[in-house]
Amino acid sequence: MKQFITFVRKEFYHIFRDVRTMMILLLMPIIQIILFGFAITTEVKNAKIAIYDPSKDISSQQIIERIKASEYFEVTRYLTNSSELNDVFKDGKVGLVIVFSEKFNETLMHTGKAQIQLLADATDPNNATTLTNYATAIIGSYQHDLMGETNIPFQIVPETKLLYNPQMKGAYNFVPGVLGMILMLICAMMTSISIVREKELGTMEILLASPMKPIYIILAKAVPYFFISCVNLATVLLLSVYVLGVPVAGSLFWLIVVCLIFIMVSLALGLLVSTITDTQLAAMLVSGMVFMMPVMMLSGMMFPTENMPIVLQWISNVIPAKWFIIIVKDIMIKGVGIAAVWKEVVVLCVMALVLIIVSLKNFKIRLE
Amino acid sequence: MKVIEVNNLVKRFGAFTAVNKISMEVEQGEIFGFLGANGAGKTTAMRMLCGLSIPTEGSGVVAGFDVKKQPEMIKKNIGYMSQKFSLYNDLKVWENIRLFGGIYGMDEKSIADKTDTLLKTLNFESERNTMVKDLPLGWKQKLAFSVSIFHNPKIVFLDEPTGGVDPFTRRQFWELIYKAAADGITIFVTTHYMDEAEYCDRVSIMVDGKIEALDTPKNLKKQFEAKSMDEVFQQLARKATRQSD
Repeated sequence: MKQFITFVRKEFYHIFRDVRTMMILLLMPIIQIILFGFAITTEVKNAKIAIYDPSKDISSQQIIERIKASEYFEVTRYLTNSSELNDVFKDGKVGLVIVFSEKFNETLMHTGKAQIQLLADATDPNNATTLTNYATAIIGSYQHDLMGETNIPFQIVPETKLLYNPQMKGAYNFVPGVLGMILMLICAMMTSISIVREKELGTMEILLASPMKPIYIILAKAVPYFFISCVNLATVLLLSVYVLGVPVAGSLFWLIVVCLIFIMVSLALGLLVSTITDTQLAAMLVSGMVFMMPVMMLSGMMFPTENMPIVLQWISNVIPAKWFIIIVKDIMIKGVGIAAVWKEVVVLCVMALVLIIVSLKNFKIRLE
Repeated sequence: MKVIEVNNLVKRFGAFTAVNKISMEVEQGEIFGFLGANGAGKTTAMRMLCGLSIPTEGSGVVAGFDVKKQPEMIKKNIGYMSQKFSLYNDLKVWENIRLFGGIYGMDEKSIADKTDTLLKTLNFESERNTMVKDLPLGWKQKLAFSVSIFHNPKIVFLDEPTGGVDPFTRRQFWELIYKAAADGITIFVTTHYMDEAEYCDRVSIMVDGKIEALDTPKNLKKQFEAKSMDEVFQQLARKATRQSD
């Protein structure tokens, strides 16, 4: 028994004296609970929507007032023209457009029936459902109040139209996210482990004493993972299109270009991790916990970032995967051209450049 | 011809002076033993000679190139074998040879021919396709040494090459070293085995960052009135103030 206790005590020492691992083991659950509890919510509040009201009469205005008053919605745009309906979703700023028919009040009073169209961005099917339900509820309560005053069976019929993803396939939402995760995993984690393995085994020393330039050592490490990532990219796209039925509505060429940029970002991240860790285990933990977790939770892949506390939204902006997912969703599912996402692409390019420079510098410093 | 000529080399890390003005010369074909207690500054000194670390002060020429200005050229003309294994465990014997031959700029044909010769000389032909991880320790070391001189460098730096190996295998290893020296390759070896110090042509002993002794083993024993290199070492190491790192 005494033997056993001595050994258990030794095992505790191993854990406590590896500060990095211990922080991950003890802090991660706390962070996750707080994040899930307070920050990450699938509820929708202050969702940005747009309204197109060609009638501008008393009924439509009253409905609009109710919608504005609701804590679920924040009306950010009033469309002036029916041609704007096509493009309003493309920059991803609104999730729902409420469209009133012309002569809304007149039609309602004369025929007892009027129509409201709810156009929802169904790339995120859950979000779309929630928004259309809220809107329908508000319209329904107005209708009820109207009937209550006059006893005429008014009917305001909301017609819901789901754009981009009429079948509300969940796959549309998670394919970009999964793609981002796989590329990050392969490039960042595996590259960092590969470089650190040489350090751990002692063969790095031999390589550094040889005429082989350090930059070539790193490039050589990155090349196989680059190729494997490309193969995976092809596989994921083929499966998504042919098996899951997710389309590539936009330009395949630009999609691939953006994926290549993201691969560069991940490779640079892998290099950076390899300069700050000395064992393969540490490299794996850092890549996994520090990169994978935030990517899954804060990149917008699973939970909408618009509803998170401001602090988390800022953190979300630093995560390359967030920008990548936006671009991929827009190109693949909304079919926008590269011009519509140029801002996000620039952000991704800048991130790639900064990461490459920082990690190369760090690598050189560690050599001395 | 001198293959190593250094003058007052210093290496400082912040406030700590690891190597404090060492000077020495090594002739071609010499077997030079570089001794010192742990923490004496041996590894740091060797790294400067290998082009891995730029000296803070002092000057030196290794294999005909300046240690401060031409470390990359030095790397091309030396061989290196470290304590931890120099070979890739998940590559076969011949694959390892080809890899390092390629890194040092040898062409395919030379590599192929020399591989055959090497395997024959070492009696390793049957092991050509064996994974290095499946070789016994002594064979790994012999192979690692052979790979380190495969590209015919002027000098080969050996950092405690015989650690953990039985005396008989160590003796066989030194046969290889003698042969290489006879072929004109200068051997710069660090070791903690004092009997190996006796095998060297000349030996230097570092204490606290300085070279406290540099001569043939015979002369050193006379100078320190000792019967063995072990006693010489003990006398010098006793004076050391640095703890081992």
